[in-house]
Amino acid sequence: MIFIILLVIIMLVGAIVSCIFEDLLSAVIVAGIVSLIAAILFYFLQAPDVAMAEAAIGAALTTAIFVFAIKKTKRQEENEKDN
Amino acid sequence: MRKIISFILLIVIFVGIYFALAQIPYGKNKMNVSKHYISNGLKENGAANIVTSVVLNYRGFDTLGEITILFIGAVGLGMILFGFETKKKDIKPASLILKTGCKFLFPFILLLGIYIFIHGHLTPGGGFQGGAIIASGFLLNYLGCSKKRISEKGINIIESLGGAIFIVIGLLGLFLGDYFLLNFLPKGAVNTLISGGIIPLLYITIGLKVGAELSGIIYKLME
Repeated sequence: MIFIILLVIIMLVGAIVSCIFEDLLSAVIVAGIVSLIAAILFYFLQAPDVAMAEAAIGAALTTAIFVFAIKKTKRQEENEKDN
Repeated sequence: MRKIISFILLIVIFVGIYFALAQIPYGKNKMNVSKHYISNGLKENGAANIVTSVVLNYRGFDTLGEITILFIGAVGLGMILFGFETKKKDIKPASLILKTGCKFLFPFILLLGIYIFIHGHLTPGGGFQGGAIIASGFLLNYLGCSKKRISEKGINIIESLGGAIFIVIGLLGLFLGDYFLLNFLPKGAVNTLISGGIIPLLYITIGLKVGAELSGIIYKLME
């Protein structure tokens, strides 16, 4: 039970922090961690189907696609340097 | 001033939602339809995994909508990235350890994905999960040994065939019986690989379609 509460706290902190971060890459990685913890929580709630979908799509593929998208566009710091 | 007004508005909305939700008894089953699924799902569909029998049989039409949404997303991404060229930087070739590791892991990841969507009616998982695992295998392949590419034409053919076969199976149910996606095949013995009527066939088509689609998205983004 304590383990689950700890996971929920980490997940909440991660969700808030990913909104606050200015650096997009860090925000995407923290969002991936939030997805991973959500997958673990789904497993504890006896929903293995959802946990597999969340781990594969939420934690792995979405993070990768966002990282590629950031790579294709400019990161914020570089943009400010240009201006 | 604006902040205070928005704060008061937030409190009003919160109180309203709280009192609306407080009237609903928490944790009590208010719907009879879920009881029907749990008690009759095994008899009516022959799939040991009740989640699968709900997703593909009772709510099969919704699943068709889901794969259509994914298809539209992939098409939209292709439209945005069409003719989009990035400056190609000289990429350092991956080290021998990384190359060998990804060559070694890639077939096993594919095997796991295929296992998950073929056994979708017996064990947790299914077409979407298996397809996503296959796509993550292709992601590893792109990141590790960047020389290997899969053909875009092959991806498109698998994707279109998957969607078409799903709809054909659904229409067969309409012609042979009463409604779209009727489970017209024999159910077979529960807990064996060939059981559940059309459910394994549908999950194989969904798995191939989702795997091809997500691999295509990664392919388009990496180029």
